[in-house]
This record gives sequence, C-alpha cells and structure tokens, in this order.
Amino acid sequence: MTSEPVPLDLTADVVVAGGGPAGTWAALAAAEAGADVLLLDKGYCGTSGPTASGGTGVWYVDPEPAAREKAMASREGLGGYLADRRWMARVLDQTYENMNRLATEARYPFPVVDGELYKRGVQGPEYMRRMRSWVKRAGVRILDHSPVLELLVDNAGTVAGVRGHRRQHDTGYRVRAGAVVLATGGCAFLSKALGCDVDTGDGALYAAEVGAEMSGMEFSNAYGIAPTFTSVTKTAYYGFATFFRGDGTPLEGAGSQGGRSVIARELLRAGTVLCTLDQATPEQRQQMRLGQPNFFLTFDRLGIDPFTDRFPVTLLLEGTVRGTGGIRIAADDCATSVPGLFAAGDAATRELICGGFTGGGSHNSAWAMSSGTWAGRGAAQFASGLGAGTHRRRLTAAGGAGLRPTGTPRGAGWGEEAILVVREQVHPYDKNYLRHGDRLRPALAELDAAWSALRTGSGAAGAAAVRTRQAAAMVAHARWMYHSALARTESRGMARRQEFPGLDPAQHHRLTVGGLDEIWVRPEARETVAVAS
Amino acid sequence: MIEIVSGSRCVTCDVCVAVCPTNVFDRGPDGVPVIARQGDCQTCFMCEAHCPADALFVAPLTHPAPADSPFVDETHLVTGGLLGSYRKEIGWGRGRKPGARLAVGPELGAARITPAALS
Ligand SMILES: Cc1cc2nc3c(=O)[nH]c(=O)nc-3n(C[C@H](O)[C@H](O)[C@H](O)COP(=O)(O)OP(=O)(O)OC[C@H]3O[C@@H](n4cnc5c(N)ncnc54)[C@H](O)[C@@H]3O)c2cc1C
Ligand code: SF4
Ligand code: SF4
Repeated sequence: MTSEPVPLDLTADVVVAGGGPAGTWAALAAAEAGADVLLLDKGYCGTSGPTASGGTGVWYVDPEPAAREKAMASREGLGGYLADRRWMARVLDQTYENMNRLATEARYPFPVVDGELYKRGVQGPEYMRRMRSWVKRAGVRILDHSPVLELLVDNAGTVAGVRGHRRQHDTGYRVRAGAVVLATGGCAFLSKALGCDVDTGDGALYAAEVGAEMSGMEFSNAYGIAPTFTSVTKTAYYGFATFFRGDGTPLEGAGSQGGRSVIARELLRAGTVLCTLDQATPEQRQQMRLGQPNFFLTFDRLGIDPFTDRFPVTLLLEGTVRGTGGIRIAADDCATSVPGLFAAGDAATRELICGGFTGGGSHNSAWAMSSGTWAGRGAAQFASGLGAGTHRRRLTAAGGAGLRPTGTPRGAGWGEEAILVVREQVHPYDKNYLRHGDRLRPALAELDAAWSALRTGSGAAGAAAVRTRQAAAMVAHARWMYHSALARTESRGMARRQEFPGLDPAQHHRLTVGGLDEIWVRPEARETVAVAS
Repeated sequence: MIEIVSGSRCVTCDVCVAVCPTNVFDRGPDGVPVIARQGDCQTCFMCEAHCPADALFVAPLTHPAPADSPFVDETHLVTGGLLGSYRKEIGWGRGRKPGARLAVGPELGAARITPAALS
C-alpha cells in the first residue's frame, strides 16, 4: 500500500460493495459457497437504494414453456433487439429459484391469491429487512455507512481489495480481499427520485479506473413521473392517468408509457402538466392502495385525492437506475473484463435481458437477484482459486479523480461545482431526454471541462472524499452517456435522437464505452456477442 | 424531507440514526436524534417505517417545509393521524398484519394515452 496507515484494516475472501438486492444476494451466494464475506454499504443495508424504499414488481414467471416464451418476447422489440434469449432464460430460472427461497428460507410474507403465493412483486421495506437478516444469518459481516472510495489492485492488475470511509466514525478502512463484487446500484444523478440519492454510480467509476468497460450507456435517460415537488417516482399507476395542460385542456398523446416525451415537451414549453388517475375503477383504486401504499403517501399527506383531483406532475431523472447501461459483463458468472472484479444489479448493464429498453417494472429486480447470485458465487470461486498468499500481495490504490489530483490540488470544492454542472447538463429534458446532437455536444463539452477540473485539481480525504468521488462518478457517467448517445446515430430502445428518428439496421449492435480522461466508444465485437449467445 | 423528531415520543433507540441511508441524523445530547443534515434527506420515508415509537415525520416534499407549514406542526400531525401513518399502512408494529401479505395491485394493461378531447 502506498497511502498512509488506516485505522481499520480487514481481510475477507469476498467484498461486496453495496447492500441493495444485488449486493445482498451476492453476499448470500458467496457465503453459501463457503467464502468469508464482508458487505459494505454507503448507507444502510436494508433501507438503502430504490428497492428498499420503493418496492418492485418482479419478473417471476412459471417455468411453463408458453409463459416463458411470452415473457421473453414481451420487450424484445421495445429493447431494439439487443437482448439475449439465453440470458433471459437464465435470469427467469434463477429468479424463480430465488423468489421461492425468499418464501421458504426468509419467510417473506407473500400474499395468497387463489390459494397460491403471489410472487410477482415485493414490498420494499419488508423485502430488504428480510434480506439483511438472512445475510447476517449466513455469516456475512456488514459495515453500514461505510462507502467504498476506491479499489485496490495487485501487481498484475487483479482487483484485490477496497478502501473506504466510515462516515459515522469518521475513520478510514481498508479491506484485503480475494475478489470484489460491485453492487453499488445505478446512477440517478442526485435527482431525489425515490431512494436514489445513494446511487451516484460509484462502482462504475471504480471499475473504469482499473480498466473495466461499460455497455449500453446511451440507454440511461429514464425519467420517472412524480407529483411536483415530491420524490415518489412510482410510475406504473400513471397508466390510469389522464394528463392536462395548465389551462385544463387535455394534453393529447401524453401517457406514462408511450407518451412520456409529450409530458417532457409540455413541461419544457409551459412548466406545468396536470394529471388525474380517473381511469381506475373503484375496485382498482382499492387494489392500488394495498399494492403500493407508498404511492399514496404523498397524496394523503398533501390532501390530494389522486382519483378526482388534478395535481401537477414532474419528471425526475432516474438515469441508469431505470435505464439499462452499466459495467459490461464478460462471462456467465458476471465477471467483468478485469480479473477479481465482478458486477451485479444496476451497476452492471442490463442489456442482456432488456436490450435498450428500461428494466424498470420487473426485469431489473430479476436481474439484481440473479446477477447478484452469480457474481457472489463467481467471486467466491475466484477467491478460493487464489490459494495461500492472497492477503500478502502488494496492493496499489487505483482511485484517481477526487482523490489524487494530477495537477495542483485545489481542494474538495470542485466536487460541489461538478455537481452543479451535472444538474445543468444532465437533468434537463431538452438535453438528456429529448436528445439532439446540437444540444448533446455543448453539454458534453461542459462535462469534459468539469472532468478535467476534477481530475487535475480535486483531492480530498475522509468525508469530503465521499462527495468528490460521487461527483467524479456522476460526471464520468454523464460523459459515457453522451459519448454513446452521439455514437448511436439512430433511435433504438430508449436512446432516441430527434435528428435520427428511425431504426438503422446497420447499428444493430451494443455499444461498449470506456476510458476516463479519453473516452472511446465502439460496437461490441461480434465474437463477444457470439460468446454470449 | 424529514421535518419532525418528536422529543416526547422518542425512546432514544438510535434506529433512525442507523437506518437513514443518507446519514441525516446525529444523536443529540439527550439521546433524541437531531436532524443534522436535512439537505441530504432524499424523502424516502425509511426512517419513519423503522421508528418503533412513531416519533418521526417525513413531509412529502423534496424541499424544506416553510415555517408556517402544517408539516412542521406536531399537534396538527398527531390530530390528523399522520404521525406513524406509513408504519400503519405497511403493517409494521406489534399486533399488526404485515402489509406485504395484502400487497396485490391491479393488473396493469397498456397505459392510457390522453385523447385530444374527453368524452
Ligand atoms: C421508484 C422506483 C421504482 C422501481 N420499481 C421497479 C419495479 O417495479 N421492478 C423492477 O424490476 N425494478 C424497479 N426499479 C428499479 C430497481 O429498484 C433497481 O433496479 C434495483 O434497486 C437495483 O438493485 P441494486 O441492488 O443493483 O441497486 P440499489 O438497490 O440501488 O442498491 C445499491 C446499494 O449500493 C449502495 N452504494 C452505492 N454506492 C456505494 C459505495 N460507493 N460504497 C458502498 N455502497 C454503495 C447503496 O447505498 C445501496 O444500498 C425501480 C426503481 C425506482 C427508482
Ligand atoms: S427511531 Fe424513533 S424512537 Fe428511535 S431514536 Fe429515532 S426517533 Fe427516537
Ligand atoms: S426520509 Fe429517508 S433520507 Fe430522509 S431522514 Fe428519513 S430515512 Fe433519511
């Protein structure tokens, strides 16, 4: 190690960074494979991340051929035919198994419908508190409020540990590990979408710093509907909505699915869109309350009857949380292209099962638990293959921007400035949602400048480093997103370009993107696609 | 955002300090948590869900409630049954049936697209 001694020095076979669904399933699988597992969460494993606060529908489909076929076919077109049937089938199998275990081993209280347990969704707080106790029972050690700040690598470039900060103790920590699973969630750019402010894309930054690649970063412009000035971006029930302009006339073409850009355009034009959930029958209204009580929290507290009142709505950026881009997966066990490093959940690309369409609503949750299981198992196997001497390797810290400036250090201030740049260049609908090259290019130039300021001048330690690293991760994401968006000169999946409205058969491939100071984009090699199909 | 920690209800268990994902609370000198970093609150309602004493209130706003807002008036919240209401909805707390047991929403078909004129 090159840096100063740290107060807390730990070892583990497998480190899992992030304790949402992907991280907890990874920790569980690694522990069950015999590994000594340490789970580190920036927040609190059990409440942190959008699943805990929001709850999720789950892609749980009976293993009956016709049902499976229908499930696999359902989003293929929407996703621009970039998904992979073999991966879909694997995820459906693994999800089926995991959800059944959730009932029997974690005793999750599933509802009973027609005499059978109904497993097509989970209530967030209940699911994640049970995952926490389950992983603890399996022997996993958990450190909460302990964001990972960077990866450690050995001489060969193999990932061999992490360094981080315990924010409630204001001390650093270091872990030597046989393998690391990144399950740090997606990147929602501090938009205050439900439960998403912990998701600043840290894992992808750390992965890129050791040479891992991203995929599908153009599919990163998911925006969720929420009542104005609130956080509850639960969008599904807006399928029952009628939308209006501020003057009360119907907003033609607006809809929660297949009409969301109409809402964005009207918000840009006039600043106001109203809505009422008038299409729900009295019976459906009752079911909605039981199905998702937190959907109604805002309404009840604001004194709004969403079924009869017209209330203003907004769109909050959910980035890659409900988009599908993330760290590229290089093998069936969710290994990345860097030895010793695995990725799961929203930190990884979900194109394998969603293509270029949102993974929200059911696919993401299934991916989180499946990829988590495989990554945990893969990491345990990798660690056990290292043999004696694992924890005696000479380690180097891999972190750059926000930690170790390449130029004259100018303190942590750049972090806050970079966050402002992200707000101005990434949140606005006319830049990131309704994309056009003429607006993407100048936005990218601003982000490039923010990156270079961070990289050359920002150096922080301790609590301040948590913020500069978040800023660096968000700026890196934004740049991967816009580079990929510019490279895709067509409209496929959710990556739409106003000046290229059609699908271009010549661009029927995934885009791999990588690099930090210099960013490159290239079509995923045909061979790689072939291996994965 | 988090607005209220009720000193009279709080049993100083530190649960909210532990579970808040964005580390908004600090333990106060008397054991009652203080809202130390309200600006970091992501309005996720998780502290409310976990508080065993129904002592917390999260206003459904992503900005601080104004000083004259009913959301900062504990008496108003108690009378309106809002303190502890999320916990009640999800069926957490002694003697309650877990809300997860009942959580079956309506079947969701294709989303409605708003027509040009309403009939
Ligand atoms: C409102 C909403 C509703 C949704 N509904 C659905 C749905 O119905 N169906 C569906 O399939 N999907 C849905 N999604 C998407 C789904 O919530 C995510 O795909 C899922 O949470 C991903 O799980 P994860 O474990 O990868 O990440 P997360 O749940 O985001 O967890 C990431 C964890 O990593 C931690 N972390 C972050 N950075 C660090 C760091 N540097 N060090 C250590 N820990 C870190 C965080 O604190 C967090 O605990 C929804 C999303 C939103 C926002
Ligand atoms: S969780 Fe509730 S009772 Fe416990 S310390 Fe916080 S406010 Fe007090
Ligand atoms: S609402 Fe969420 S972020 Fe805010 S204080 Fe409570 S737990 Fe923390």
